Amino acid sequence: MSAKAASTKRVGLEVSIAVSHAVALARAEAIAAYPITPQTHIVEHLSSMVANGELEAEFVNVESEHSAISACIGMSATGARTYTATSSQGLALMHEILFIASAMRFPIVMTVANRALSGPLSIWNDHSDIMAARDIGWIQLFVENGQEAFDHTIMAFKIAENPEVLLPTIVNLDGFILSHVVEALTLLDQDTVDRFLPPYVPRHQLDPKHPVTMGAFAMPEIYTEVKMNHQVTLTNSYAVILKVWEEWGRLTGRHYQPVERYRTEDAKVLILIMGSLSEVAEIAVDEMRAAGMPVGLLTLRLWRPFPFEALREAVDGAELLIVCDRALSPGGPGGPVMSEVRSALYPLPQRPQILGYIVGLGGRDVPPEAFKDIVAQALKEVEQGPSREFTLYGVRG
Amino acid sequence: MKPLEQITWQEIELGGLLREPGSARAYRTGDWRSQHPVWTKSRCIRCGVCWTVCPEPAIVEEPGGYFDMDPNYCKGCGTCARECVTGCITMVPEEE
Repeated sequence: MSAKAASTKRVGLEVSIAVSHAVALARAEAIAAYPITPQTHIVEHLSSMVANGELEAEFVNVESEHSAISACIGMSATGARTYTATSSQGLALMHEILFIASAMRFPIVMTVANRALSGPLSIWNDHSDIMAARDIGWIQLFVENGQEAFDHTIMAFKIAENPEVLLPTIVNLDGFILSHVVEALTLLDQDTVDRFLPPYVPRHQLDPKHPVTMGAFAMPEIYTEVKMNHQVTLTNSYAVILKVWEEWGRLTGRHYQPVERYRTEDAKVLILIMGSLSEVAEIAVDEMRAAGMPVGLLTLRLWRPFPFEALREAVDGAELLIVCDRALSPGGPGGPVMSEVRSALYPLPQRPQILGYIVGLGGRDVPPEAFKDIVAQALKEVEQGPSREFTLYGVRG
Repeated sequence: MKPLEQITWQEIELGGLLREPGSARAYRTGDWRSQHPVWTKSRCIRCGVCWTVCPEPAIVEEPGGYFDMDPNYCKGCGTCARECVTGCITMVPEEE
């Protein structure tokens, strides 16, 4: 199905294909990508849309992800709406250039189909790839299903290209669990997307008539000021993100929050997670609520800029917060999400006890029962006093 | 161009962009030199090897065909002294 034929009716689509339609509907003008499981279907489909003349864009085949993101920087510098996608080792191979893309303020949109990092070699889902790229200075968010992947891909362009933002943006979606699942979802037609997302108007670009130096060296006298400028811009992008999500909500009826709440009213115990496992956790929460347990769920959608205030409000009244990470910080405090959540809540005069559980590494299945079991284990820990920094849930031995 | 040490974070150009050329010239790499070349003119044959091999290039030709360093950009690497055909260049430590 071509992007032009997309309508507002529900269709069954593989999520990767839906993402590629979102990119086409956003009228991406420049794409450079290298295939890597489980992201391959997205760029493969975009490549065929370009080859078939369904999408008017430059598709640059490159020999590595390092080159993919480098080409994206170059193309974005010309003022083109630029997109790429990657996963795991590919994101790691991009690493040094990712910081440069954000420092140069190019609004590249990237999908990361989250996958475990080697070693051992694993093609399956967890969040270790993006957690290793936490400090790249991009806007970063997570989606929990295919519809959200479609929605946030289009919105990412609008956020990234806002003249007050101009920062690259990553939409994280769980590899295989989302990228390869066929889901019923609602696409938008081209006119609607065009009205929502006008063409990109760059504030800085390569122009032979007005030569400039991009990516210049910075002396110790100025590096700190450049970093502060980036920090403030990324923090302030929060307001723009909320505005774009609000506009999308009015347009589609699908509303998004930096911290999503599920059955949190009067909850004494909260589970917090990022990504697609939140839908699994919802099943567990329903069952625990049915059994009379005051358990609710928080899904952290926005990772950068970190939604400090929204999180503090969301945990109000809870006595126990169980943070489920999808990545391990070896030798550290446990999971990166847990340590950030704990830091964010530390200044509160009254805060819940926080326990960290690391789940679903390298594609390990996490069924609803696991969340019920984690809540039971955590309550026991509260009673007896935590015996360790964090729990690597389900590990044998 | 405003001196770097006076620019605030609010004044940083979008993406660290430089709209005017010449920022490298404004950066005086000679500031952190620990030694500098001194020519003994009586032994200099004015061949220009020092001028050719200087990586900066921070060696300037003077009237009469002799050479000297540009104190703003000479880093004191000593390549000129090592390559000098007659050995007329000596590296002298910077004074305290």
